Amino acid sequence: MAKRQGKQTIRLERPVSILSYASTVGKKESEGPLAPYFDVTSQDNFFGQKTWEKAESEIQRSTLQKALEKGGLSAGEVDIVFAGDLLNQCIGSAYGLREMGIPFAGLYGACSTMAESLILASLLVESGAAGKAAAVTSSHFCSAERQFRFPLDYGGQRTPTSQWTVTGGGACVVGPVGEAPYVKEMAIGLIEDLGVKDMNNMGGAMAPAAVSTLSQFFTDTNTKPDQYDLILTGDLGLVGSELLKQLMEREGHPLGSRHADCGLLIFDREQQQVDAGASGCGCSASVLCGYVLEKLRKGELKEVLFMATGALMSPTSSQQGESIPGIAHLVHLSNSPTAL
Amino acid sequence: MELILPYLKAFLVGGAICAVGQVLIDYTKLTPARILVLFVVLGVALTGLGIYQPLIDFAGAGATVPLTGFGSLLAKGVQKAVEEQGAFGILTGGLTASAAGISAAIVFSWIGALVFKSGDKS
Amino acid sequence: MQKMTPTEYGELVKKASPNSRSYRTIPMAFLVGGFICALGEGLRTLYLSWGLQEDVAGGLVSVTLIFLSVLCTGLNLYDNLAKYAGAGTLVPITGFANAVASPTLEFKQEGMVLGMGAKMFTIAGPVILYGVLASFIYGAILWVFRG
Repeated sequence: MAKRQGKQTIRLERPVSILSYASTVGKKESEGPLAPYFDVTSQDNFFGQKTWEKAESEIQRSTLQKALEKGGLSAGEVDIVFAGDLLNQCIGSAYGLREMGIPFAGLYGACSTMAESLILASLLVESGAAGKAAAVTSSHFCSAERQFRFPLDYGGQRTPTSQWTVTGGGACVVGPVGEAPYVKEMAIGLIEDLGVKDMNNMGGAMAPAAVSTLSQFFTDTNTKPDQYDLILTGDLGLVGSELLKQLMEREGHPLGSRHADCGLLIFDREQQQVDAGASGCGCSASVLCGYVLEKLRKGELKEVLFMATGALMSPTSSQQGESIPGIAHLVHLSNSPTAL
Repeated sequence: MELILPYLKAFLVGGAICAVGQVLIDYTKLTPARILVLFVVLGVALTGLGIYQPLIDFAGAGATVPLTGFGSLLAKGVQKAVEEQGAFGILTGGLTASAAGISAAIVFSWIGALVFKSGDKS
Repeated sequence: MQKMTPTEYGELVKKASPNSRSYRTIPMAFLVGGFICALGEGLRTLYLSWGLQEDVAGGLVSVTLIFLSVLCTGLNLYDNLAKYAGAGTLVPITGFANAVASPTLEFKQEGMVLGMGAKMFTIAGPVILYGVLASFIYGAILWVFRG
């Protein structure tokens, strides 16, 4: 059974296995440094569809399909899928998985959704409530721009702290027994808000949530950052990563060179003109399901803390002058099922 | 020199007005939409105070093409209408003067939307 | 997490955030904005040489620039120029036209009435609203004080 450890951490007594995983990205991501790791790279950001929303749904559908194929699984074997995206009412997931025939639980955790869905899938599998469970998350630059910001052809200038929404997604299927990678521990985050209001500085808005979850996890588990090969945050970008580094030092848990951020890995920031890096829930999803899980499976990485970060605002709250609340959920992934 | 002088003036004055806009983007919290509103209202006010017309006389399109010029057009329209029609002109002046620009934006945009497709960004 | 006030954190965020590259953005805005205005001046000279009245020629300059801007918007060129030009493409009348054309184009998928129709002025609407409002106030002042 899953055991509560400390304030926010949950430890799985029997670590569950990520049976298979797959990632999909669009054109710009396929020109970035992580390109060789993604399963599907599309040069057509419409993914053969007519609208950007349909394109995002297609990412959801095809990524889960690919994950099932890679694991030699069929949709009928999966008892529940947790899925989410950034669109209003989560239509990316709902329409994408409409024809899948898998019991569906939609999630909204903004850009933290990959960790949130993986946590819930793992808990259900460990408890026996589900034999196999899937987690799917996506975002699309174009559907996000037209919903949150401006029309694509509007002549705006990006600010130096702004981040580029990733077109892509990731999916994984969790089962009770199997090979590496394993999910061993998780921590559900608190909503943290230190008053950042700038919609173009998401990294700054989310960093406190990342610090809160991460330092609580170290306290709960009585571990130190250097016991992990990689501490990977979702999409803090340049500004958020710098703040995380400073604040973790203040907490007494300096991260050193263990820390990396999906938002800084997926693009070449200078070359690809993405200012402070990447964002979007497809960012951490595609980096996790493309790059990190593969390295864990091969044993090139052994202990990884994956922490997806989300900004829980909407254009409405922002226009009404509200600040941006952040959230961060953490998953401890490992190459081996035994305790650290 | 005589020949290019009007273009040079338009370039310098128009460029300077845009540079002011950029300073506002870089150094204030003002969003682009607010900056545009500010420029239009400023155009109306400066014309009302008699400051903007001399700039138009000097720089031509350098002063009429930026959105302050759009504001100036509204103000001059209302001046003329109030002179000719009295109180009724308060309501008709602004939009009458700017009718060509607004109609052009509406009509061209509508046709453009039918012809073209929203593009991806890279 | 140790306690921290929003003000303290705001300071940290400010320090961690890169500044605008004003040494590049301001000259670019100046050059591109200046160029668009010089183009307008060229058009004005042309229309005047056709024997058009000063105010008709001026109106036609705006109409021509608006046309060119809508065309560039449709061809996905305007936003790519604006990326570098900033206020240089925002402040001229072409920026207003782009603000009308881009949502009309973008929301075509949501239909001719609720998409194109309703979204056309989501960005440019405030400009017309406050422009007309300012001219109304100015007109009222003129009327009261004209004696």
